Amino acid sequence: MGKARAWEGQEDARPLLPLELHGAEARVRGKRLLGPVDLTIGRTGTTIVMGPNGSGKTTLLRLMHGLQRLSAGTIRWNIPRAQARERQAYVFQAPIMMRRSVVDSIAYPLILRGMNRRQARARAADWADRVGLGAALHRPAQVLSGGEKQKLALARALILQPEILFLDEPCANLDGRAMREIEAILLDARAGGTRIVMATHDMGQARRLASEIIFLYAGRIHETAEAGAFFARPATAEAAAFINGEIVE
Amino acid sequence: MDGILEGFSQALKLIVTFDPDLYEIIAMSLRVTLTAVIVASLIGLPLGAWLAVNRFRHRRLTIAVLNALMGLPPVVVGLFVYLLLSRAGPLGVLGLLFTPTAMIIAQVIIITPLIASIAHQAIRDLWAEYHDLLISMNASRAQRIRTLLWDGRRALLTAMLAGFGRAIGEVGAIMIVGGSIEHSTRVLTTAIALETSKGNLEFALGLGFVLIALAVAVNLTIHTLSGTERASTW
Repeated sequence: MGKARAWEGQEDARPLLPLELHGAEARVRGKRLLGPVDLTIGRTGTTIVMGPNGSGKTTLLRLMHGLQRLSAGTIRWNIPRAQARERQAYVFQAPIMMRRSVVDSIAYPLILRGMNRRQARARAADWADRVGLGAALHRPAQVLSGGEKQKLALARALILQPEILFLDEPCANLDGRAMREIEAILLDARAGGTRIVMATHDMGQARRLASEIIFLYAGRIHETAEAGAFFARPATAEAAAFINGEIVE
Repeated sequence: MDGILEGFSQALKLIVTFDPDLYEIIAMSLRVTLTAVIVASLIGLPLGAWLAVNRFRHRRLTIAVLNALMGLPPVVVGLFVYLLLSRAGPLGVLGLLFTPTAMIIAQVIIITPLIASIAHQAIRDLWAEYHDLLISMNASRAQRIRTLLWDGRRALLTAMLAGFGRAIGEVGAIMIVGGSIEHSTRVLTTAIALETSKGNLEFALGLGFVLIALAVAVNLTIHTLSGTERASTW
């Protein structure tokens, strides 16, 4: 019953956030990928997760979203875990395209939650317009360009009006124009009340979007700071080197 | 070579003269085979998808057995169904032996593992691709299976056509449980076997050409209707 209404946000009046991680660890076959991590994601702003390759950015996002099994510690939402999943969304680095048309792909999450197909498609068409895919409604999702696929993935995630949106390097391999369009969609979403937590390698993008930076290094949080402070006065040598474009391993 | 040409000409003659016996046999072949494919698909496709998305004890063994069952000897299946449906058998009271229904039962047993196994393979690959997305969207188990079956529909069509191919060319099992009774249970394959045993090799070969043409026609029709080539990227 809750599922059918979740997209209307009537399930639980309490806000989903804050999200709190205490001693959270992710291990795979005994090998530690991340943690222990202590972290609080507040109700507003845009958090950018940065760090060199292999530092644990994707693992941290997947852990918070529930795609990565927690090996130790706790992850606590402000509402029960089962309901929390309904009110968050995730955009993958390599967008997963379903074997459906653009409009049906965007409508899919609504149909999962019980909305009738006609209504869902109408709403999806509206979202396709908002992200600039209005002319491609009936094209197969799999033949879109890289930038269009990422826009589709964003529309599919945002159509549920999630309270928090996780993005794993959504602009990797995209050109400047596509990146600008995607950033505009993210700023719109943020203005609409969606909390954004995004991993990126792009320093310029982090400066443009972030209100808070989490800097990961070797599977641990090295630094958490307000964005302006992080870029002006990084607290650790690794973060300073990373900001300066030096090779940090 | 003459025999082959003669067979080809026999086939053409039977088709263009609308030979009533031939068309009755074709209709029976299609009725039995298409019904068997539909029933086997209703069982095999969800079974294949279920096996792809669920983790349970002895899963590997189950899949290995399913794969092994693809090679079920039709004669053994025929014998098994015969014993089930014969008057002394547990289902003898139904009086199904030497009826089209008995032939459908035998074909369903033969092609269900084939359809389920191919479906499992196709859905398993799709599940690997969709896994994170469907988990992220909190899709229920039933919703996952429905999504995978729908999005994998073209690969599943191939599974169904493979089942059709195996069933339309099957002779051993349906001969045992159907008996190739004229105007009742005779299908193309059993008619070919009968004509061969009578020494009418050209006529048997002619029926063989008709059988091949029928299989090609059904495949082409289904591919055309489903637009497989038109939207191959889906």
